[in-house]
This record gives sequence, structure tokens and C-alpha cells, in this order.
Amino acid sequence: MKFLCQTTAILALCAGGAFADTIKVGVIGPFSGGAALQGRNFQAGIEAYFALNGRTVGDHEIEIIYRDLPAADPGQSAALTQELIVGEGVQYLAGYYYTPDAMAAAPILEEANVPMVVFNAATSAIVNASPLVVRTSFTTFQTSTPMATVARERGIERVITVVSDYGPGVDSETAFVRAFGAAGGTVVESVRMPMSTVDFSPIMQRIRDSGAEAVFAFLPAGPQTFGFMTAFVENGLKADGVQLLAPGDLTQESDLPVLGPNAAGMLTTFHYAVSHNSPENIAFTEAATAWLGNPAELSFPAVGAFDGMHVIAHMIAATNGQQDAAAAVDSVKGLEWISPRGPVSINPDNRHITQNIYLREVAEVEGQYINHEIQVFENQGDPGWVAP
Amino acid sequence: MQTIFSIGADALAYGMVLFVISIGLSVTMGLMKFVNLAHGAFAMLGGYIASYATQSLGWHFGFALLAAVALCMILAVPLERFLYRRFYGASELRQVLMTIGLTFMMIGIANWLMGPTLKTIALPPSLQGPVDIGFRSFPAHKIFAAAVGLITALGLWLLIERTFFGVKLRAAVDDAKMAEALGIRTKAVYAISFALAIGLAAMGGVVGAQLLPIEPQYALHHMVTFLVVVCVGGAGSIGGALAACLILGMVKTTGAYLWPEFGNFFFYLAVIAIVSMLPNGLMGRAK
Repeated sequence: MKFLCQTTAILALCAGGAFADTIKVGVIGPFSGGAALQGRNFQAGIEAYFALNGRTVGDHEIEIIYRDLPAADPGQSAALTQELIVGEGVQYLAGYYYTPDAMAAAPILEEANVPMVVFNAATSAIVNASPLVVRTSFTTFQTSTPMATVARERGIERVITVVSDYGPGVDSETAFVRAFGAAGGTVVESVRMPMSTVDFSPIMQRIRDSGAEAVFAFLPAGPQTFGFMTAFVENGLKADGVQLLAPGDLTQESDLPVLGPNAAGMLTTFHYAVSHNSPENIAFTEAATAWLGNPAELSFPAVGAFDGMHVIAHMIAATNGQQDAAAAVDSVKGLEWISPRGPVSINPDNRHITQNIYLREVAEVEGQYINHEIQVFENQGDPGWVAP
Repeated sequence: MQTIFSIGADALAYGMVLFVISIGLSVTMGLMKFVNLAHGAFAMLGGYIASYATQSLGWHFGFALLAAVALCMILAVPLERFLYRRFYGASELRQVLMTIGLTFMMIGIANWLMGPTLKTIALPPSLQGPVDIGFRSFPAHKIFAAAVGLITALGLWLLIERTFFGVKLRAAVDDAKMAEALGIRTKAVYAISFALAIGLAAMGGVVGAQLLPIEPQYALHHMVTFLVVVCVGGAGSIGGALAACLILGMVKTTGAYLWPEFGNFFFYLAVIAIVSMLPNGLMGRAK
């Protein structure tokens, strides 16, 4: 009965919506709570896109409807998604900061004839949850794997991996261990830390005792990363020359003012650095920081949202504003463009973004810490994706 | 052998930081019989004040610490007079609901005023970086925090057990009516004790900020840890809280080194074992 009601409501909306000149895009993200800054970056990316490309595609004006989801909450995500589809009549869904939230919303897509463009959630399997999912962010596998090559190129033989014990941490560990082993290195130990760890001294002792030349680490950004980096320096590991390697989540630009000198010299691999030197990125960062007000707040979710809007605009143009999710998604398979992060394309098989992964070093430039790009791994797909 | 020493030093330091942050809650819960779940929120407030004073005003860490404690204690007076006093003697559930509501309000205000990112407190050069303690290098601020913990423990013990104020406080707690009949101004005693507890919270927030960084969700993230310390040590017992912190610090640090994949299993196992054997905590008085 519920299904029938929803379907009727959706059909009614489709009939009315097809010729309307306003296309609604529902964006779900953390706009309050602990990750509110990441939600603001979604908004900054969207507003930057509008500032540079206008709010209209042909005759169709894009209207964004935001829904706040402060913490990972699959039930609430599904409820908000339904409400956006049925209550607001959105033609496109976008945003989704956490994997469980995207996963919970995916089963609704086909029934509702709505594509989803994931701005952030980074687990490889999300694109398998529905053929109507397109992702413009990255996966933890995609950003962690090249680090194994970096470590080997620098002559590192023995590495200890240290990750927070949750989905992205485990993904990151698996990606690195797999690639580092294949490249001929030895992972001497793999430590998974509980999420609630505040005192990292015992872990630092463990790293020291393992005799590894480098640590590969993954933790959620924020208090955890801060505690980890501080402990790394204070327990003398940095002074002893142990190299700290990680994907770029750990040194996102909005955290660098706080991590500061403790992170200096640290190597990370990631798809985007605010300091990326290209005309596209300069235009993007100017527009995004103009909206944010504070340049120090700009971080990677903004570029996922910016490119997400590019994909949505292309879908609207390809379907001429008609609500046809399958056609919209088909139209962006293989789509190539120059993003602020460099050249990118949508992989036709898994609808995930193919992009350059950059090796960056945290460096001090004019009194501010930045992620300085020093090496490029071109056209990286998602090594973690398994065809369903 | 060196590893054992190392873990011991880490455990001691962690335990003492835990003590500095939790002892104020032990005072309110044990001596004032008030379940103040907003304790962590006051620690966070102290941290924010010190962070603002050192980062934006460029104050020295020592002055910032004093300012944070003083400001929080000044704020505690009207709060006690107009809000907390209404809930003395109320059911524990009402106290919990009131203080958890207060916590959420303070989280919201902190998020709105200071933003969702974490804030650091600038340490003076003498407290930054590692110090060589013979067999390894050790964070200087942890040695400082441990020293502050020891001084606090000693000072509080003297205050409660050896001063006239301590006598009045214990009398007011044991039998308020009788104490009042004897001429003790119990309301003033409670107000001072409450302000003292808030001051301790603020100090803990500032001194422990390197281990528990200051951010809006601080109070919720660490609430369980504070309660566990009070529960295991025995509410109101300074020696008990100290013993609890050292034991729990040892269990947690050893567990994190030897079996990190077990997470907090051993920590909570120790908590359950102690609380089931000693329902009033290590040194709590029987009710």
C-alpha cells in the first residue's frame, strides 16, 4: 500500500515535472553537528559551480533543496531521501557524506526514477548498490593504493599499518597491504585501534618495537588525527626518522592549521589538494572561498560537490529536463572533463570517477601549511571495485 | 624490559590526566550528591577559554589556565544559585535530564560560536615536545599534567579532611538540617563546593587538552570515561579516584599495546570486575 501511494505520488509529480522549468536537486549532507564543516564544503562546491556556470541549463533552472543529516544514520537517510522524492519532487539526489547513508538511500532510486550523485561517501561497493549511482568523490582504495608505490620508490622495505577500526580504516589497510605486498615490500604488523582511542602513546611504542621504517596510517579527521600526529612527534618517532604515510584525509586543508608543524614533511596520496596549480582550480577555489568567507575552511568535499554539479548539469541537458533516470545516467558514462583536481572521467562500467592521484608533502609556504603536490599517478580507477 | 617501563610511564601519565579531568565530578557526585553530567561541558568551556586566550589574545599558557578556571568559577555562581539549587535533593533522573539538557545546549553554543573544528591551546616552549627521561623520550606536557594531578589530589585531600571548610562541607552533606541548626550556612557551603568542582573541571579541560582535544562534542565523547572513574573510585573519595585512574590507566594502556584489536574490552572488563566486587567503588563509603 505504501509502495502504491509513493508510486502514484511520484508518477503524479513526473507528469507535472517533465515540462516545468525548475529542476529540483535534493542534497543530503551533514550541515550541523561534528561534520558540519564538510557539509558547508558541499554547499561551497555547489555555489562555486553556480557562480562559474550559472544556475540554468538551457531553459531549466536548478533549485537545490538541502536536508541535514548530522551523523551517519541510515534510517534517517532513507527517510529524508523519500521525503525529498515524494514531498519535494526532486529529480536528482546528491550529497551523502557517509557510506551507510548512501547505501540506505540506493534501493529507492529505481523505484523513484531518480539518479544519485555521491559527493563524498568513499566505499567501493556503493556503485554496486544501484545502477543509478554515479560518484564524483574518490574511494579509500583509490587514494591509498598508490602509496605502496611511493613507499617502494623511496626504498622502504618494512611498514607497519595502523588504522582506526571501522570501515574506511579497514579498507585503507587492505588496499595498502595488498599493493605493498605486490610491490615486494613487507608489512610487519597491522594494528587496528578502537575508534575511541585518545591516548596513542601505547600505539607509538608498538610502532617503535615493530622495527618498521614507515607507518601507514588511517584515522578519521579531527580529534583522532590530531592526537595521533601529536603522539607521533612527542614520542620521538618523527625525530627518529620513521616516515608517516597516509591517504590525504589525514591532512585535509581545514585541519592543517591545527596539525601544523607536527604534520610537516608527511607524505599523503589524494585526489585533490587546494594548492593544485591549474586555471580551473584557481577559478574554483576563488569562487568557493568567496562563498565560505574563510579560505582555511575549504576542503576536499567541495570539489566532489562541484564535479557532482557538473555531472547533474550534463544529465539535465542530455534528458532536456525530462525525468528519465536511466537515460540521465547513461549520458554521463564515459563523460570526460577538466575538473579543478585535473582531468577526470566517469568509468562506464562502475560509474565511479577516474582521476589523477597526487603524492603530496605537507610544506610551509608563506607561514601557512599546504599539501604540496610532488608526483602524479595518472588516470587511476578504483582498485577496490569488484564487478557484481 | 624497556617496553614494560615505557608502558608503565604511559599508563601513569594517562591515569593522572584522567584524574585531573574527573576529580571535579567525583566532588559533585560524592560530596554534593548531585549527578552533574554537564561536568564535561564545563571542562570543554575551560578549554575554549584557554584556547581563545592563548591563540587569539596571545596570553601565556599559565595566565590562560588561571583565566579559564576563574571565569568558569564565576559563571558557576549564578548557575548554581538559579538553576542547580532547584535540583538539590531531586531524584537522580531529574538531575540527569537537566544536566544532559544543559550539555546539549553548551554543545550547540560551542558549535555556533567556535565552529565545528577542534581548537588547540598554545603551550609554552617548556611544555612542548619530548623530554628525555632516561630510557625513552616522553611528552613534556604529560609530565606537567601528572604533576598537576598529584598537587590537586593532595590539595583537595587537605581541604576536605583537614580544614574547617571541609568539616562544614561534610556536615552539610551528611545532615543538612542539623548542620544548619549548628549555624553552618549550608547554601554558601554548597555554592562554594559547586564553584570549586566547576573550577576543577575547567582546569582538567585545559591541562588534559593535549590528550582530549577541545571540540564541541567533547562532553559527550568523554562522559562515560568520567563516570567510570567516579564509579570505580567511589564517589567523593579522592584517594579512590586516584587509585581508579591509575588502575584504569594501566589496564587501558597495557591493553592498547598488547591487544589493540580487542579495543576497550579489557578496560570495561576491569570496570565490571571492580564494580561487581566493590559496589561502592574502591574507596567509596557504604550508603
